[in-house]
Amino acid sequence: MLNYLKEIFGAISSLWAGMRITGKYFISPGQIVTQKYPENRKTLKMQDRFKGEIIMPHDENNQHRCTGCGICEMNCPNGSIEVLTNRVPNAEGKMERVIDKHVYHLSMCTFCGLCVKTCPSGALAFGQKFEHAVFDRQKLTKILNQPGSTLKKEAKQ
Amino acid sequence: MSEEIIKNIIVKENEDYIINMGPQHPSTHGVLRLEVCLQGETVKYIVPHVGYIHRGIEKMCEANTYPQIIHLTDRMDYLSAHMNNEAVCLCVENAMQVEVPERVKYVRTILAELNRLASHQLWWSAFGMDLGALTTFFYGLRDRELILDIFEESFGSRLLHSFNTPGGLMHDIHPNFQKRTKDFIAYFREKLPEYDQLLTGNIIFQQRTKGIGLLSREKAIAYGVTGPSGRGSGFSCDLRKHAPYSAYDKVQFNEIVYTEGDTFARYNVRMDEMRESLNIIEQLIDNIPSDGHTAKMKPIIKLPAGEFFQRVETARGELAVYIVSDGNKTPYRIKFRSPNFSNLFVMNELAAGGKIADLIAISGSLDLVIPDIDR
Repeated sequence: MLNYLKEIFGAISSLWAGMRITGKYFISPGQIVTQKYPENRKTLKMQDRFKGEIIMPHDENNQHRCTGCGICEMNCPNGSIEVLTNRVPNAEGKMERVIDKHVYHLSMCTFCGLCVKTCPSGALAFGQKFEHAVFDRQKLTKILNQPGSTLKKEAKQ
Repeated sequence: MSEEIIKNIIVKENEDYIINMGPQHPSTHGVLRLEVCLQGETVKYIVPHVGYIHRGIEKMCEANTYPQIIHLTDRMDYLSAHMNNEAVCLCVENAMQVEVPERVKYVRTILAELNRLASHQLWWSAFGMDLGALTTFFYGLRDRELILDIFEESFGSRLLHSFNTPGGLMHDIHPNFQKRTKDFIAYFREKLPEYDQLLTGNIIFQQRTKGIGLLSREKAIAYGVTGPSGRGSGFSCDLRKHAPYSAYDKVQFNEIVYTEGDTFARYNVRMDEMRESLNIIEQLIDNIPSDGHTAKMKPIIKLPAGEFFQRVETARGELAVYIVSDGNKTPYRIKFRSPNFSNLFVMNELAAGGKIADLIAISGSLDLVIPDIDR
């Protein structure tokens, strides 16, 4: 009989211990941990290294750094990058490789980061945008170099 | 109704009732189908059917170079993504006889332990929810979020990191990493007793787990049940202790072994492992050496012809990588020995003869990640 009562009171006290925790947070939640996501879009700041999408940074003169070597295409494990190049004569009359289109299939990308890491000229970077939902799959195929952009010529040291 | 049909119905009533649990039952944590044979509420036997999310990762690896393989291993056991990456990296480094910098070893160990913590927190949350304690889910995920924030700051992604690369790390850890990790340890040491008060001491939880799903040490070894599930039955199988890799030989920690072998013992192993993980991180976080985050590697990694083997302790048990190379830049064959595969097939031993409600507790306590089984 005594054991029976002991068991009952033990059970109640164990339930009470748990309820005390939830009650404590109910009365004084302390720091609010959840984010109000769609409302805080204006102030939402992602981490610097956040892998949202792959972008090709252009400077104010609409110049990028991609030489069209195709190393990113070679390193991509799932074929989400296609580099289409043209051969055009440069000022000295030599034929030179220039990118026509840097095609990026966001729908196939797994964000492993190998293209950004292996790019010898630092032409690719990760963007902060993460809202990629679209109605048409075609919209996920992007051309990273802006129209009319040219290769940025580094001053030789 | 003719007499024969009535007779058939009566015979059918006496037959066993076979029910499919899954492939989308939420408490199986993935797309797993358990063919459960029931007699009333008693489970007679279970036949697990796997392969619903088979992606052919081993075959895909044969077409990829070694740095490219890393991001595929993330997708096996996504809750211990870092340890999966580490296993392949260590195997490739051993094969090439590359000595990675001390910093890499320390950082890998810290990240592996953080990942183990995050994995166990999610397991604790989901396990409580399986057994009807919805509260645990919120408390577990609240603390896990802080680890994921640390990951996001350093790697840019929360779950599938791809942070390791053969020879080191993709890039160096974030300058804030040490401070945030120390803050987290202080925070989580405070919050861990809450876990015990919420769930461990709860009488309903104890009665649903104590003495349920008994697994003997012999059976655990026979089935190859490793990780916390094996250690709950007294099978000392912690590779961090028995075959130390990275910086595990430089830290002091205890191997958690319980001998009861029931669901509650497996639960206790994971709870104590969380405390040990905090200890390990605390020992390493202040003395990370600064000798670079990557070893010097050739631009194209080619393994010498031969066979290479490496095993690591993930949050669920022993993950082994076996590479057969013919000297090319892609492996000839790669085999992953995943811990969950062995842990799943012991379920028939545990649940047969018990009640169907206990089956949920048992499958929760084995902490299965189905993509790792199917690969």
